[in-house]
Amino acid sequence: MLFEYIAIATLIVLAVIVALIAIGLGELFGPKKKMEEKSMPYESGMTPYGPGTRRMPVRFYLIAVLFILFDIEVVFFLPWAIVFRQLGLFGLIEMAVFIAILLVGYIYAWKKGALEWE
Amino acid sequence: MIWEWLIKALVLIFTLLIGFGYLTYYERRALAFIQSRLGPNRAGPQGLMQWMADAVKLIFKEELTPDNAYKLVFFLSPVVTMVPSIVIAAVIPWGPPVTLFGQTFNQYVADINVGILYLMSIASIAVYGIVLAGWSSNNKYAMMGGLRSSAQMISYELTLGLSFVVVILMAGSMSLVEIVEAQREVTWFAVIQPVGAILFFIATLAEVNRHPFDMPEAEQEIVAGYHTEYSGMKFALFFMAEYQKMIVISAIMTTLFFGGYLGPGVDRFPWLGPLYMAIKIIILLFFMIWVRASWPRIRYNRLMAFGWKVMLPLALALVFITATGILLADTMGNPWLMAIIPVLSLIAGWIATLMVDRSLRRKSYA
Amino acid sequence: MTVDLILFLILALVAVATAAGMLFSRNAVYSALFLVLNFASIAVFYLLLGAPFIAMAQITVYAGAIMVLFLFVIMLLGAEQLAPIKVLPWQRPLAIGLAAVLVAETAYLLILRAKPAADIIPPAETVNTLGELQRLGMALFNQYLLPFEVTSILLLVAMVGAIVLTKREKGERE
Repeated sequence: MLFEYIAIATLIVLAVIVALIAIGLGELFGPKKKMEEKSMPYESGMTPYGPGTRRMPVRFYLIAVLFILFDIEVVFFLPWAIVFRQLGLFGLIEMAVFIAILLVGYIYAWKKGALEWE
Repeated sequence: MIWEWLIKALVLIFTLLIGFGYLTYYERRALAFIQSRLGPNRAGPQGLMQWMADAVKLIFKEELTPDNAYKLVFFLSPVVTMVPSIVIAAVIPWGPPVTLFGQTFNQYVADINVGILYLMSIASIAVYGIVLAGWSSNNKYAMMGGLRSSAQMISYELTLGLSFVVVILMAGSMSLVEIVEAQREVTWFAVIQPVGAILFFIATLAEVNRHPFDMPEAEQEIVAGYHTEYSGMKFALFFMAEYQKMIVISAIMTTLFFGGYLGPGVDRFPWLGPLYMAIKIIILLFFMIWVRASWPRIRYNRLMAFGWKVMLPLALALVFITATGILLADTMGNPWLMAIIPVLSLIAGWIATLMVDRSLRRKSYA
Repeated sequence: MTVDLILFLILALVAVATAAGMLFSRNAVYSALFLVLNFASIAVFYLLLGAPFIAMAQITVYAGAIMVLFLFVIMLLGAEQLAPIKVLPWQRPLAIGLAAVLVAETAYLLILRAKPAADIIPPAETVNTLGELQRLGMALFNQYLLPFEVTSILLLVAMVGAIVLTKREKGERE
């Protein structure tokens, strides 16, 4: 039962090893001449000012919340799609009700301009 | 047992690595062809060794780490970006089972019953590498690029997920092997789901940050985006991840919509399976390159609006159109009724195009 | 069974270690990353219990979506570096009390209400089959229909809440 997953785990381990080897090669053969200018943050040649990470616009938060909600919806869709032929019309109505409720929120978001990126 | 897994995993990894090398060459040559140039033709015959020259060059470059970077995360994020791009390919079947040394081998690493969900989960993990690369560089451009990129990826992941649902509805299974076999009985799903295939293609372009959705790497605005501070092999890993994702996602699209390894004579000669896969993947990749050569970059607010206001509702509508079509065909007992799926979905797609067109005309800044 | 037990113990160790790492990290981003690892190890637990669908959904929804939101929020506030904050006086006793309740609850479920494992874990041969997924789907969309539909209301409330919190009225802008 878990054999298929062990095969995937093998692949993950090997992929990590390949990635580490690649970086290791670079570290091994690359020159190392440390300079102050080189280790400054790159800002197109200007002297960098202020911290590199700063507060971000709140719309990223909104997008992430909306994504979670619709992602959960998509995950619900998957088992539904598998048994859809057995459920028949009943299944279609079930899902239509589910989506209709979510669509209220979607239309609200649209009208409020939450989907705009100004 | 363990040897079989190891060999399969190694074959997959090296196929993808060499595929990555030749994809960069293919892209540069194809772009050059479209733009009436020659492209790389010096290293080796016809420039076929170009990727090796590039690799050697990158190995001998200095690995820079900015002083105020978060060192550990800065080191790990290229790995976190590259690994999912390989691992996601584990469930793709490359051909029917083959007999070798009197033993039967399956041409996939794993066939799991939740294959599609596996694809979704690995795709969602891939976001981390990019957002962490942006954050750990402690650089304004990198941060902005990482956030942009991840916001874009998660927005288009929804469309991707819904087009998966459409395929599952058609095949009645989440295992990629069974999805391919389901297309043997019917026909390529792209014939029944033309709009689904197009939506999937557009969503994948956004998912792998390809043109015209390569906002995270918009040079004019944010230098190189999330990998601004990366150099040498760490940069190469990001590069590798992007191109491997292109290959893998074309393979997934082939599997879901274009019949996977199916083709004439594949049952008698199972080794033809990988060949058919390769041909289909190369054709799809050409479309990606063609798009890059032809279209300018889309502005970021348009990009997000397109994802949320056009792609998402259209994909949802497509799911319900497909469900209705299957229900009709099942209750009437006539499989030809499935034909309403392409008809209705093309109408829906046409209406969506018209609405986009209208909204672009109305806005004065269009 | 012993292989399962060893795997379980290793994973349990990883899960506890990552949870502790999440609590004790100074940097909020590292905390979030430890939590991702924690979710991943829990997904492997589900896999061991013969529930690949739940395992993959765990990674997709928790590790893939919710933690991305967490990272965004941390970056949004610029709150990577936690300044040492004053602990409220009643916080520690309350936390210990609640933890005790949780332990008691888990113990009650584990010891008194426990079902034999054979009732819960599907036999190994069927885990990777389509039938198992179909059983899940049929149960979800027949037996648990009402909770499923109520979920959509929950999602709706969350959506409206997020928009109300972040979006200013049209007039307010500029």
